[in-house]
Amino acid sequence: MNRKHGICSKILIVVLMFTSVLLGCKSGGTKTPKEEVVVSVPKDKAAVVEDIKQAEKIFNALPSPLESAMLIKSADARFDGSLLNPIGNVNSYVTNKSMALNLGVYTCDLSFASLYEQTQLIIDYMNAAKKMADGLGILKAIEQSQIDKLEENINNSEVIMEIVSETFMNSNSYLSDNNQPATAAMVLVGGWFEGLYISTQLVDMKDFNGNKLVGRIIDQKLSIDILIHLLESSKGNPAVDDLIVQVKKLKLVFDKIKITTSAIRPEFDKKSNTTVLKSQIKTDMTPEVFKELSAAVSEIRKTFVNI
Amino acid sequence: MRILRIIPILTLLIVVTTLNVDAQCKAFAKKVCIPELGAYTHDGNYHAAILVEGEEAELYKTFYSDMEYRVSICGEDKLPDVEFRVLDANKNVLYYNKDANYAKTWDFKLQSSQQLKIVVKVNSFNKPGETPASGCVAIMFGFKIKK
Repeated sequence: MNRKHGICSKILIVVLMFTSVLLGCKSGGTKTPKEEVVVSVPKDKAAVVEDIKQAEKIFNALPSPLESAMLIKSADARFDGSLLNPIGNVNSYVTNKSMALNLGVYTCDLSFASLYEQTQLIIDYMNAAKKMADGLGILKAIEQSQIDKLEENINNSEVIMEIVSETFMNSNSYLSDNNQPATAAMVLVGGWFEGLYISTQLVDMKDFNGNKLVGRIIDQKLSIDILIHLLESSKGNPAVDDLIVQVKKLKLVFDKIKITTSAIRPEFDKKSNTTVLKSQIKTDMTPEVFKELSAAVSEIRKTFVNI
Repeated sequence: MRILRIIPILTLLIVVTTLNVDAQCKAFAKKVCIPELGAYTHDGNYHAAILVEGEEAELYKTFYSDMEYRVSICGEDKLPDVEFRVLDANKNVLYYNKDANYAKTWDFKLQSSQQLKIVVKVNSFNKPGETPASGCVAIMFGFKIKK
């Protein structure tokens, strides 16, 4: 009887371990592999506290599609609808990877269209994003009521931004909360690449020096390591592994850009109740490196949208 | 053999409970943390986790020049104060909310784009013998839309 009880207890521990590993990493953060398999029942409070200390969470936050689009707008760039991923492609995306990447791509396109008040495109791209989210099984990410609200408020940019932001949060919180960090990461990667693709395509080489948009593209070098860390937290997933290879190739081009910054000096502005982080930055990207970067981005983006 | 019948029920219970806790975390972030962004537009990203007294979380993000940001970091009421520090790449502390009476938000802008690190820590109630409190902590970012 004791032996049978022992076997059953072992089965119980295995089931608990399996369940714990399944639910181990949530909310867009990553945990150390060591932490994912900590399943033993702690003996005392000290042990509980020790386990807690090991469970450090790390979030690698890429700019959201909305922020990526905002960066383009803030550089005074023009709108060009021909750069967006055509909505006619939606039915081509049938794998989890292509739907995740293109949820990010379409959300970035949607944000870009919204910031430039392209009313018909806003509705079309919201529907395209909905199709991707539905395909990924993301429940209630984009509901018909939100599309109706969008249509009713098509000339109210504040409401449009709220809806875009809310629907994107519905998607990424669902993926994080349902233990799909790889899919969540791919969505963000899709959005980041789309923002970078649109930016590089909008640069007029005749106006290269001192171009604000070129500055924004250089800034993305600061996010490339965050992007790699984000993907590496889902290493072992074949779709993610392929992306890591592509992103590391892109990093080799970004490595040719020099960025040097002075120490940051925070200064509080009483009038606006805002802290200004003051620092000087020096960057160096030649037109040749820019062309190489632009070609690399286009090539990778092509693998996302032309499937 | 009764234990074998209990296993699937127990597993289901753990899964359902954990997912429910996470759903509550999203609801908390939406209801409590996002409104703290006020006039700043939420970027749409979701960073939230269940943290326990004494536990830390770190977030790495690039912030861009000429953008006006608000970070909102909030913990459920059942948790002790949540402190956060913003550090640069050389680990210099640029902001510490403990110096601002554990403020939940911080407004900032940058002269040049930088990658910053945000370290969030749930303080401790320091009640020996009691089970540590745990609850949802969310980190949300907003920015001002340029017209």
